[in-house]
Amino acid sequence: MLKGLVHQVKIIWTQIVSLWLVFLHLFHKADTVEYPEVKPHTFPRWRGRIILTRDPDGEERCVACNLCAVACPVDCIALQKTEDEDGRWYPEFFRINFSRCIMCGFCEEACPTHAIQLTPDFEMAEYVRQDMVWEKEHMLIDGTGKYHDYNFYRVAGKAIGGKDKGEARNELPPTDRRSLLP
Amino acid sequence: MFSLQVGSLLNVALILGTVLVSAALLIWVERRFLGFFNDRLGPNRVGPFGILQSVADVIKLITKEDWTPPFADKLTFVVAPIIIPIVMLLSFAMIPFAPDVGIIDMNIGLLFVMAMAGLASYSAMLGGLASNNKFSLLGGLRAAGQMISYEVFMGISILGVVILSDSFSLRGIVEAQADGWYVIPQFIGFIVFMVAALAESHRWPFDLPEGEAEIISGFNTEYSGMKFGLFFVGEYIGMLLMACLIPVLFFGGWHAPFGLGFGNPIVSGLFWMAVKVGAFVIFFILVRAALARPRYDQLMSYGWLVMLPLSLINLLITGAIVLSQGS
Ligand code: SF4
Ligand code: SF4
Repeated sequence: MLKGLVHQVKIIWTQIVSLWLVFLHLFHKADTVEYPEVKPHTFPRWRGRIILTRDPDGEERCVACNLCAVACPVDCIALQKTEDEDGRWYPEFFRINFSRCIMCGFCEEACPTHAIQLTPDFEMAEYVRQDMVWEKEHMLIDGTGKYHDYNFYRVAGKAIGGKDKGEARNELPPTDRRSLLP
Repeated sequence: MFSLQVGSLLNVALILGTVLVSAALLIWVERRFLGFFNDRLGPNRVGPFGILQSVADVIKLITKEDWTPPFADKLTFVVAPIIIPIVMLLSFAMIPFAPDVGIIDMNIGLLFVMAMAGLASYSAMLGGLASNNKFSLLGGLRAAGQMISYEVFMGISILGVVILSDSFSLRGIVEAQADGWYVIPQFIGFIVFMVAALAESHRWPFDLPEGEAEIISGFNTEYSGMKFGLFFVGEYIGMLLMACLIPVLFFGGWHAPFGLGFGNPIVSGLFWMAVKVGAFVIFFILVRAALARPRYDQLMSYGWLVMLPLSLINLLITGAIVLSQGS
């Protein structure tokens, strides 16, 4: 009987304590960020809208290797490879369906040329669903994005117009296998 | 006819308008305060401080599809949501807001309010039954069980007040508190009445009839559009009614605390009544924000094994003291 009574008093006491503690929250500052007026702080590596960047020489970085399309878990990247007269590969079209993209950043990790990058821009709402599908001309920017001095063709062995085999950075001239000289 | 006296047309119109408007505003007030208690801001976009949120809500409810499920019992389904706002508004006729402000002063006012509060449970019960849906039925059953058990000691808990004031008229009760609020001699009665009032108006933590987590809104699962809106508004009017009843029964109604009354007794009375009602409304919201819902068996055993004996003891002691004083 007494034990039960003590138990009941304890129950009521805990309820009163939680009422008081919650009441004190009336005087706390709200955690809400009032979004359109106050922008939340996004960090440089925030995974938001996707861009395609150019190398320091102002050429398109993307070499249409399709690695991003393979890595994408929701298959929202579509592209077609083509070549220019210099032998540089580039995408004929490059299309991302942002209504399917989950902003996972796998494409950025997969890309060997730092071409595809995610940015801190998260305001991607559209009124028309078709506007969520972005083409290359929408995504291609003039700058280098997050990586300023990487140029794929300057370090890769592929020969393009104006740069032959063996002329890349840290690359030895090709070995002449028919010569007897060392 | 248009003078300010109990029952005048002016009074009726003012009180009805105020109650309806404040019931709609309560939706916003509640969401706003819940926000503050949760360290959020709550709705603050529509109009200044979001005060027009209720208007937006009402427009939304009215323009929504008002769907009656084909498997429902049509007539009962439509009647059920109408009951609760009507009976709650009828109860407001009894509430004395200030000297000369009130709709009617009946000598059985308290009984009338209790009877109307009892009728309100038909709304939940019929709604659950007519929906022909097992979750709604469970909600309706819970509402019925909860109402029956909590109404018992709700009635008993206010008998102490009736004994002390020697009157069933709410105006009489308030006038009898001119020199001392009943919350002091009737503290146990107050606590019991408060718990019962929460349970009567289906307020959290006693919202078992509409437990959203387990029976998906219970008796109003099948309701949509303005039919749901009527349930909703009815419950807010019920909450307002309980927040008015507690000051009237235990906190001296329109009497100012510590002799802080000022000027015209009607103005001062209305002011203090509004302050007290507001305080209890905010307390109800605080309870909603702070306390967890009990299990149904806990609810029942708490009602019958703790609250009922408590209110009976309170009644016995009050009666004994009044008798021994030989008044
Ligand atoms: S962020 Fe993820 S989902 Fe979006 S395009 Fe890149 S790989 Fe696909
Ligand atoms: S964006 Fe990068 S990974 Fe994708 S195709 Fe172009 S170079 Fe390859």
